[in-house]
Amino acid sequence: MDGIWGSPWVGLKHFKFLFLQSPDFFKILGNTVVISIYHIVFGFPAPIILALMINEIRSSKFKKVAQSLTYLPHFFSWVILGGILITLLSPSTGVVNYLITLVGLEPIYFLGDPHYFRFTLVTSAIWKEVGWGTIIYLAALTGVSPDLYEAAVMDGASRWKQTLKITLPSILPVIVLMLILRMGGILDAGFDQILNLYSPATYGVADILDTYVYRVGLQNFQFSLTTAVGLFKNVIAFMLVLFTNYISKKLGQDGLF
Amino acid sequence: MRQGKGSTLFQIFLISFMVILCIIMLYPFVHMLAISFSSPAESLRLGIHLYPKQVSLYAWERVLGKHDIWIGFGNTVFRTVVGTVCSVLFMSMGAYPLSRRYLPHRNVFTLLIVFTMFFGGGLIPTYFLIKNLGLLDTRAVYILPGLVSTFSMLILRNFFQAIPDELEDSAKIDGANDLRILFQIVLPLSLPVLATLSLWSAVGHWNAWFDAVLYIQDPDKQVLTTFLRRVVITGEDLSMYASNTTNTALGYQEPIKAATLMFTALPIIIVYPFLQKYFVKGTMVGSLKG
Repeated sequence: MDGIWGSPWVGLKHFKFLFLQSPDFFKILGNTVVISIYHIVFGFPAPIILALMINEIRSSKFKKVAQSLTYLPHFFSWVILGGILITLLSPSTGVVNYLITLVGLEPIYFLGDPHYFRFTLVTSAIWKEVGWGTIIYLAALTGVSPDLYEAAVMDGASRWKQTLKITLPSILPVIVLMLILRMGGILDAGFDQILNLYSPATYGVADILDTYVYRVGLQNFQFSLTTAVGLFKNVIAFMLVLFTNYISKKLGQDGLF
Repeated sequence: MRQGKGSTLFQIFLISFMVILCIIMLYPFVHMLAISFSSPAESLRLGIHLYPKQVSLYAWERVLGKHDIWIGFGNTVFRTVVGTVCSVLFMSMGAYPLSRRYLPHRNVFTLLIVFTMFFGGGLIPTYFLIKNLGLLDTRAVYILPGLVSTFSMLILRNFFQAIPDELEDSAKIDGANDLRILFQIVLPLSLPVLATLSLWSAVGHWNAWFDAVLYIQDPDKQVLTTFLRRVVITGEDLSMYASNTTNTALGYQEPIKAATLMFTALPIIIVYPFLQKYFVKGTMVGSLKG
């Protein structure tokens, strides 16, 4: 390492290699985007639905207990949760596969089978974050005027109608803002989670930009090449943030800055 | 309040669903705790584990008797306490001037700091920066690189902004200098937000593992999470439980893994019920930002 002045200038050598010759680059870029989109498609609506359900609970005591318990997994790192998942999802002794065989199905190797690995990633991420994600929506729900519901009841609207016509539209601005912000992070597919859960058997479907930089760069000493990968990711991510911020302002929202 | 057709039936459905969801959230932790107190045969039994049917304290004895775990524990406590105190101190000292409207070029400074939230050099340049700063294999690496969380500092700045200039003016007339104003007027008025940011920082430090994996080789400076990772995720350290004395430990693989895991998780589980509401409050402060 000779620093910025001492190192030879190689121009776009590493970027050219990545975009034109590297067998891995588009695969890991694809993995990153696909996993991230799965997280958005399944993980984004989950806390909204849960918040609507929590909001409908009448007993305020049970509401509090339910909230506290669903927040719990958020507070643990993926090292701890990864250890738990390895035990619970084991194909031979895991309790999840025990339940699956009770129903008469074949045990599934959730963490080792490339067909199921992304499903495992998305589901376990929902388990960790769904409760915590409700907080912002629940806060938005407390702002909905009770008058609206009273008027709806007078007009004979059912509960379901009320949810559809009053509750959802009232929190729509928050939902849109959260979605826009989430889109800005589309190249973040969950580094901590994947690094603690993947294995050589699942590299093919789970290797994302960040894990590639860590494994190939730092563990196999390909510093220059993977720095180029990291820079590519950060530049795109930065442009996405600027873009989503612009969109959010266009839609009349606050935006980040 | 709200009424509609079929609402009792709906409540029953709703409550049952939520109960199942709560079980899904809680069960994994109960399971691990039960396994950690189980005998080898019990730990391998297929099925639900709510409590150990054959109790054994062997795994906990081995785990708590292990020198490495106490080294990890000590380092984790060190980084949690010192890291949190330093973070809050430095973030306050950064946020206070940025919150004052009379600071020249305030927006330029803020922009430069906010920029770091959205763009960074990446993992490898950061690694070499840390290396060339001579921070590899030092405990300072746990504290210094993440000393100021940009996001938390902005929250703090917004909170300070709400404190009127007049308070500061009158203190100045009474002869207080800037440091005194910060420590005796601004910070005492900001205790709720300081408490929340400290909690965030503390949980972050307790859970952090990647910086230790990256920057620390020295076994005496490892933290609890890297130790746990070597036992449960990569499995490197599992055999060393057996190596020194008997092979009994080999049958206790699962209980030993579970006990190591619960040892790391328990502090959070224990403080969680008492501090939960502050965490939630903090998220609101963060998301409703100014």
